[in-house]
Amino acid sequence: MTRFFLPLAIFGIMVGFLAVGLTLNPREIPSPLVGKEAPAFSRQQLHEQDKVFARKDLAGQVWLLNFWASWCSGCKIEHPVLMELAKSGAVPIYGMDYKDQRDEALAWLNRWGNPYQIVGVDLEGRVGIDYGVYGVPETYVIDKQGVIRYKQIGPVTEEALAKTILPLVKELQAK
Amino acid sequence: MIPEIGHFALILALCVALVQGILPIYGAAVGNSALMAVAKPAARTQFLLVLTAFGCLAYAFADKDFSVLYVAATSNSQLPLHYRLAAIWGAHEGSLLLWTFILTIWMFAVTLFSTHLPDTMRSRILGVMGLVSVGFLLFMLSVSNPFERLIPAAPEGRDLNPLLQDPGMVIHPPMLYMGYVGFSVAFAFALAALLGGNLDAAWARWSRPWTTVAWCFLTVGIAMGSGWAYYELGWGGWWFWDPVENASFMPWLAGTALVHSLAVTDKRGGFKVWTVLLAIMAFSLSLLGTFLVRSGVLTSVHAFATDPKRGMFILAFLAVVIGGSLLLYAWRAPRVGLGGSFSVLSREGLLLANNVLLVAAMGSVLLGTLYPLFLDALDLGKISVGPPYFDSVFVPLMTPALFLIGVGPLAQWKQAALPDLAKRLRWAFGVSIATAVALPFALGTWTPLLSLGLLLAVWIFSTAVVGVRERVGHVAGDGYVARLAGVPRSYWGMLLAHCGIAVFIVGVTMVKGFETEQDVRMNVGETATIGGYTFRFDGVQDVMGPNYTAARGTFHIIKDGRETAVMYPEKRRYTAQNQVMTEAAIDTGFLRDLYVSLGEPLDDGAWSVRLYHKPFIDWIWGGCLLMALGGVVAVSDRRYRPAWRREPQTVPAGARLASRQIA
Repeated sequence: MTRFFLPLAIFGIMVGFLAVGLTLNPREIPSPLVGKEAPAFSRQQLHEQDKVFARKDLAGQVWLLNFWASWCSGCKIEHPVLMELAKSGAVPIYGMDYKDQRDEALAWLNRWGNPYQIVGVDLEGRVGIDYGVYGVPETYVIDKQGVIRYKQIGPVTEEALAKTILPLVKELQAK
Repeated sequence: MIPEIGHFALILALCVALVQGILPIYGAAVGNSALMAVAKPAARTQFLLVLTAFGCLAYAFADKDFSVLYVAATSNSQLPLHYRLAAIWGAHEGSLLLWTFILTIWMFAVTLFSTHLPDTMRSRILGVMGLVSVGFLLFMLSVSNPFERLIPAAPEGRDLNPLLQDPGMVIHPPMLYMGYVGFSVAFAFALAALLGGNLDAAWARWSRPWTTVAWCFLTVGIAMGSGWAYYELGWGGWWFWDPVENASFMPWLAGTALVHSLAVTDKRGGFKVWTVLLAIMAFSLSLLGTFLVRSGVLTSVHAFATDPKRGMFILAFLAVVIGGSLLLYAWRAPRVGLGGSFSVLSREGLLLANNVLLVAAMGSVLLGTLYPLFLDALDLGKISVGPPYFDSVFVPLMTPALFLIGVGPLAQWKQAALPDLAKRLRWAFGVSIATAVALPFALGTWTPLLSLGLLLAVWIFSTAVVGVRERVGHVAGDGYVARLAGVPRSYWGMLLAHCGIAVFIVGVTMVKGFETEQDVRMNVGETATIGGYTFRFDGVQDVMGPNYTAARGTFHIIKDGRETAVMYPEKRRYTAQNQVMTEAAIDTGFLRDLYVSLGEPLDDGAWSVRLYHKPFIDWIWGGCLLMALGGVVAVSDRRYRPAWRREPQTVPAGARLASRQIA
């Protein structure tokens, strides 16, 4: 007898989750790292493999760290926005190629264009763990002292850029 | 004025739907034939009303009436007429209207082809469909009205998303919706049977053609969506396990299981409860798909505008429809009783295994699609589940199911003998193994997946041949041709659909195994060679489209010293939204596609260019079309149509079927 109620029970649980899901924004997560010092890293560069890309080299400037991958569809969405931003020169963007394959990452940048000053390779996702990356794309705004000031979950939209990221960057650059 | 007529027609349709949803079901419960007789005219009136609303919206688009918010948001005066009409389903509100319109088309079809059904059954079916329609009409009228005015009118429209300005997009949503909504008929049949308590073989026989037709539409719809992604997105892929793709794939898996389970209920009277549950599941997943796409709970390339109010409405609707039908199932199904017994190794047993595998596959897709949401809701963090998960779960589940395609149709009902089956299938098995081992070597690379794919494809083909040979042996008639003609169409349909799967597997396997691609920087006059084809880049010209400007590249393709094709990939900039689109050029062939897409312009007229050589890729969609064609052939079988007309109304079909089975 009870087995006939099983589908209903499963469905009930699902509806519960969906209802909670509706109240959440899939793109919004508070990060405990905001306001803390950006974790240090030193990774091989994607383009020039004999060079490294390290956090400490970027001290004294405001910069964006963008986690992306060639397999990630959200990265494709934010990509034109990043290209425009790179062209405008408002703030340098540094990339971290997250759990990706080198040749595919290079092909991706070749095809769509490269908005990054330097791209680091985070093959096994170690840097991602340090930064608390849930999924790509994610973008961090890091200030002159190396402190994370903002974290964008999911694609950088025109709106997020204009309303949040760029004003913040200007404010930080003025300090 | 015209939009107001449309709006008013929707309000009237809601009233009619309420009447259609309540009176006939109540009438069937108390045995009042006057109330039951309301169902048919109500369904037809509702169809006409929604048709009117749809026509009004189409008129607003054709007339470029930018005082209608929806028209202003999704079209533009520069947009050609056929795309303006396709823009009706280019965004949220219009898609919903299309959904409802198609629901009323199916209702109308039910009123046409249900004269052979008992009155109670027909009124319950139309009543259930009317209730579903109530939900959608309410939704449109409360939070998603396509006729909402924009006062003052916009001087110019915002234009249709350039991604959707494509012939494939014109037909893909209606096809998909015909499939989604078509499952509402099987769903209504199942609920009507649960309400009436008469789940017999006749019920299954009536449901079968409806289910198969819906399944065909869904198959073609999904294939077209995949084809569209292939040539329009410009990355050469054909399936991305995107939540929205999954949303259409889950009802397909459940629907496929339903088609097979209905066969058992029809022929053997077994699996009744299971069939009912599958019918509920197939339609529920269609609704869930609509919810996932519309509510914005998941992020996806396809997702429409996020509006929590709409999301809540659809969720509540989902809870009522699916929850209600599952409750009805829990209450009534225990009384249905079981079908005849059968041994594990029998056609029933194998079909049951097929069903379990398909449903497990559906469950794993569902889990993968909703898992990020579950974790998020439990505050465990955000993740995205990608192709690696789906590939690693899907292949192991589908492999045995595909193997069973070869065995199932040859096994006897009730009890089959393993030695006998083994004897009949041995040469097919030998041929498959030999091909799977040898062919990849002949083609140049041997990988386990390549070998497995070929093994399964050849297995399905060769067992189909065995099946036809045996079948012809059983049919009476002089000569081979006459006997072939004597094999029923439903059998040919099944074979065709199964062979479609084999063709599909060949496509997937060969593309995975042998596709090659190159990202190159090309100057004017330079060549690049891929898969034996030499591409010569002859520069880029500026061209003007109706609502875009484009850079059009010219590529001459040379094979063995001879020019075989000229290809024109484009990079378009749509002026209204200032959006750039990559329009790949594809040279389609039976055995391979050549695919060129323009990347970015580099200095001195050079471009970054992406070239693909994709062997057998069109077999993927060819296979899907064969599957759908198989469904059409099966539905055209004699046993469905003339039988309806010959049946005198007085004899309940169930009783006669039962006596035929005993005989």
